[in-house]
Amino acid sequence: MTMYSKTVMDHFRSPRNVGVIENAGGMGEIGNPLCGDMMTIYLKIENEKIEDIKFQTFGCGAAIAVSSMLTEMAKGKSIEEAKKISNKDVAEALEGLPKNKLHCSNLGADALHLAIKDYEDKKAGKKKPDDKRKEQHEHVDGDACHCPYCDSEIADGATLCTACQSEIEVQH
Amino acid sequence: MDMKIINLDYLSANPLLPEVQDAMIEAIRENHGNPSSQHGMGEKALKALTNARESVAKLLNSSIPEEIIFTSGGTESINHAVKGVAHSQSKKGKHIVTSNIEHSAVLRSIKRLHMMGYKVTSVPVDESGRVNPEAVAKAITDETILVSIMHSNNEIGTIQPIEEIGRITKEKKVIFHTDAVASVGVVPIDVQKLGVDLLSFASNNFYGPAGVGGLYIRKGTPIWPLLEGGVQESNKRAGTENLIGIIGTGVAADLARRDMESRIAHVSKVKDKLLRELPNYIDDYFINGHPKHTLPNMVSVSIQYIEGESVVLMLDDEGIAVSTRSACAAGSLRASHVLLSVGRDYADAQGTMVLTFGVDNEEEDVTKFLSSLKEAVKTLRQISPLYPLS
Repeated sequence: MTMYSKTVMDHFRSPRNVGVIENAGGMGEIGNPLCGDMMTIYLKIENEKIEDIKFQTFGCGAAIAVSSMLTEMAKGKSIEEAKKISNKDVAEALEGLPKNKLHCSNLGADALHLAIKDYEDKKAGKKKPDDKRKEQHEHVDGDACHCPYCDSEIADGATLCTACQSEIEVQH
Repeated sequence: MDMKIINLDYLSANPLLPEVQDAMIEAIRENHGNPSSQHGMGEKALKALTNARESVAKLLNSSIPEEIIFTSGGTESINHAVKGVAHSQSKKGKHIVTSNIEHSAVLRSIKRLHMMGYKVTSVPVDESGRVNPEAVAKAITDETILVSIMHSNNEIGTIQPIEEIGRITKEKKVIFHTDAVASVGVVPIDVQKLGVDLLSFASNNFYGPAGVGGLYIRKGTPIWPLLEGGVQESNKRAGTENLIGIIGTGVAADLARRDMESRIAHVSKVKDKLLRELPNYIDDYFINGHPKHTLPNMVSVSIQYIEGESVVLMLDDEGIAVSTRSACAAGSLRASHVLLSVGRDYADAQGTMVLTFGVDNEEEDVTKFLSSLKEAVKTLRQISPLYPLS
């Protein structure tokens, strides 16, 4: 498999911080129904710092490597620092990802931000609005959607790919 | 890294058999010339082309070799059959009947025709991936000009009741094409028995070269060329023939006919062992396809709570080549339409592997594969948020 960088393969083969934190201070779940990747991030926070972070991921090699790299990047950081980590930062730390994976599998930072929000909501005494797995991922970095047939960039929610004229079922 | 690679992905790339290699190398060295030339070299080339055509005709049980035209592969053959018939019949009608689980070459050819104003009825399949011939019969209208149903499915191996559908199309006088790319050279194919008007095949599925395939066109079937130009291939496919590849195809067809029974017996043994022993290694999986009407060289298995590409990468580290139908694999980002059609959900479709066997596999390959698979599944399920831990 030559499509992935050495760093991606290293994190895929030996993923760091796999697992669950019981009674986590913050938890973030994200999923992409189109290609099926799902990630859960667990945070243990003390003095507004990420003391521990764990992940569980269902997904391809890229998704597992992204989760692993993200946890390494976030561990030990303050909440405010961790909020600044973007999906792009994770991809760069992995020495890049194949183009078609940038959108689909690169959801680690989104899951982290949700976990931080969950922590902050809990702290503020807000009830979690919905416990169910999120079925839609947010385009935080302005990532575009891609046509499932020809992989060209398309507008979010578009039903017709302008490049290959394929009809697209909008599933998110 | 002198590891013996265990190839359980024959469908992606068959090796060329030594006899095929020899014939092609000899052809390269000899300079066969152009079959259309009128001098001696051209004559020799034409002879080689005719021989290869006869070999393929015999493999498909056509008594008229000219019913076979050579193409650049399965994709071109399918595009030619579907679009060539539709265009030639557009004054008669504009309705096409197909199935929900066709290869993308069929689906997208038909989609293109749909964009041009043709109407399409797509017949569903049951949980085993089989089309009900009655549903095909019901879908045919006075406007129907073409039925295109695949012989066997390239993802789950299910073989369709082509003979029965062939009887229906004959009775209703509708042209019938079958995509037999995954079948030709793997199981016996008899165009007379099947009752098809057109049949697509690819050489690399029976140890011939990639980039060569063909289309069986029953004599008298109206069809326009896909490629316009010279008068090669009975005026049905323009362009100087890929003679080296076609020579390899002819030899591969002869070998497939000669060895059909022993090859089926060999891959069946590997497949049976895998299906028998799989439950000793992993749990929570589905075998896709029909238990009886199925390709002898293919197993499709959906493993729950894990994703296929990750399994492919882990097995690759162990020197085992397998293929996945997970959408996350390079290229497509969609769950397989075939797996969704036979009732798999999105997550289970993601965990699907397609194993295809061939002449070089041994029964011990299965044991090695299963041990490695067990470890990969265990590791990935430990990471997976979907796996019910306790």
